[in-house]
Amino acid sequence: MPVIRVQDKVSHLAPGDVLEVLCTDPGTRSDIPAWCRINGHRVLDIAESDGELVLTVEVGAGSAPGTPYD
Amino acid sequence: MLTQATLDDPGKTTSATEAPPKAVALISGGLDSMLAARAVMEQGVHVEGLNFFTGFCVEGHTHAIRNKDRDRPKRNNALWVAEQLGIRLHFVDVVEEYKDIVINPRHGYGANLNPCLDCKSFMVGRAHQWMQEYGFDFIITGEVVGQRPMSQRKDTMPVVVRESGAGDRLLRPLCAKHLPETLPEREGWVRRDRLFDFHGRSRKPQMALAARFGFSDYAQPAGGCCFLTNRQYTEKLKDLWASRGARDYELDDIMLLKVGRHLRPRPHFKLIIAREDGENQFLSGYRRQFTHIRTMSHGGPLTLVDGDVDEDDLLLAARVTARYSQGREADNVDVEVTVRGSEPRMVSVVPLAAEDIPAAWHI
Repeated sequence: MPVIRVQDKVSHLAPGDVLEVLCTDPGTRSDIPAWCRINGHRVLDIAESDGELVLTVEVGAGSAPGTPYD
Repeated sequence: MLTQATLDDPGKTTSATEAPPKAVALISGGLDSMLAARAVMEQGVHVEGLNFFTGFCVEGHTHAIRNKDRDRPKRNNALWVAEQLGIRLHFVDVVEEYKDIVINPRHGYGANLNPCLDCKSFMVGRAHQWMQEYGFDFIITGEVVGQRPMSQRKDTMPVVVRESGAGDRLLRPLCAKHLPETLPEREGWVRRDRLFDFHGRSRKPQMALAARFGFSDYAQPAGGCCFLTNRQYTEKLKDLWASRGARDYELDDIMLLKVGRHLRPRPHFKLIIAREDGENQFLSGYRRQFTHIRTMSHGGPLTLVDGDVDEDDLLLAARVTARYSQGREADNVDVEVTVRGSEPRMVSVVPLAAEDIPAAWHI
C-alpha cells in the first residue's frame, strides 16, 4: 500500500521535487526502491527510527504509459 | 531503413520508425504472468504491467510483518517481476470497487470466499479500460486452460472474454493454441505459432519455459496470491460479517485479518493478539483506533480489542493477553490498558489458564 501512495503522490510532483515517505511497513524498504528504479526516480536516503522508516525520494523525469523504453 | 530483429526470431523485423504494438500485461508476481509477458515481449511488442491492489493480496510486505518469515524475500513480487522483465508496472487501487466482487459475486465462490471467475473478469475489464485510456492494443494474462478449478476452465475462460468487455483483444499466450484466434494474432502483432499450448495443473511446461528464458528465481506457487482462497482467513472474514450483521468491510478490517491470533471470547468483542515482535510492530500502528492492552511486567503481545467493551470484558481481555505473555505461569502480570481515546492505566491480572480458553474462541 505505501508504494501505491507514493505512486499517486509522485504523479502530482515535478522532476526534481523531493518526497519524504514515512511508513512502518518493513516491505517498503525493498518495494519503494524497486518502484523508483522501474519508473526513473531515485531514493536518496532510507533511515529508520523507532520502527518507523523514512525514505527520501527524488522525483525523476518519469515516463508516460506507452512511451518507448530507453 | 534501419530494422530491429526480435530477440529470437531473426526472420521477423520491425521498422525502426514504426511503433510496435502495445500490450498491457496483468502481472500478479507469479511465474505464469511473468512468462506470458516475456513471451509477447519476445515478439517485439511493447509491454507494460498492471497490478491490482484489492487488499487481499498475499505479498512480500505481508510476509515481512512476521519475523518467522524473515528468510523469505521481503519484496513485492509484482515489482520484482517487472524489474526482471525490464518493464514499467502500474499499480491500480481497486479496494472500493472490489468490495462488490467479494460481497456479491455473480458466479459464486470457490472452496472458500474466493470469487475467482468474477475477479478475473473484473481485472481484465479494468485492464481493458486502462488499455483504451492509454492507447494500448491488447491485454495479456498468464492464464492456462485447466489450471484453476473456477476461472481457468475451457468453459469459463470465454466468460472472462465476454464479461470483461475485452473480447478478442485478450491474449493468453501460454495456452493460446487451445483457444480461438485473437485480434493480435490476426493482425500479425504476434505469431500464433510462437505461442503455447499449456494446459492442466502440471507446472513442468512453465518451468521448462522459465529455464529457456533464463528465469531461475520466481515466486511459487501459482494461484496462491489471494487470501480469499485461504480457509483460515475466510473464517475470520465470515466472523467479521456475522459480528457486524452486515457483509461489508473497510481496508483496515481485511488487513488486520492477516495478522495475529483472533479470539472472540464474547459475541460483542474480538481480540487480535500479536504472535511475535513483527506483529506487535504492525499492530502498534493501529493503537489510536482501538482499545488496546500490552503486558509490562513480562514480555508479551500487544492486543487490540475490537468491539464495545465494559470493565468485565477488559479484565477478561487482559487475562487472555497475559496468558499469551512470558508471564503465563506467573501469579500476576502487569498490563497497561488503554481504552480508545483515554489515558493508559496499569492493571495487575492473573493469567487465564490454558484450559480456560475454549477452542471455540479461536476464529
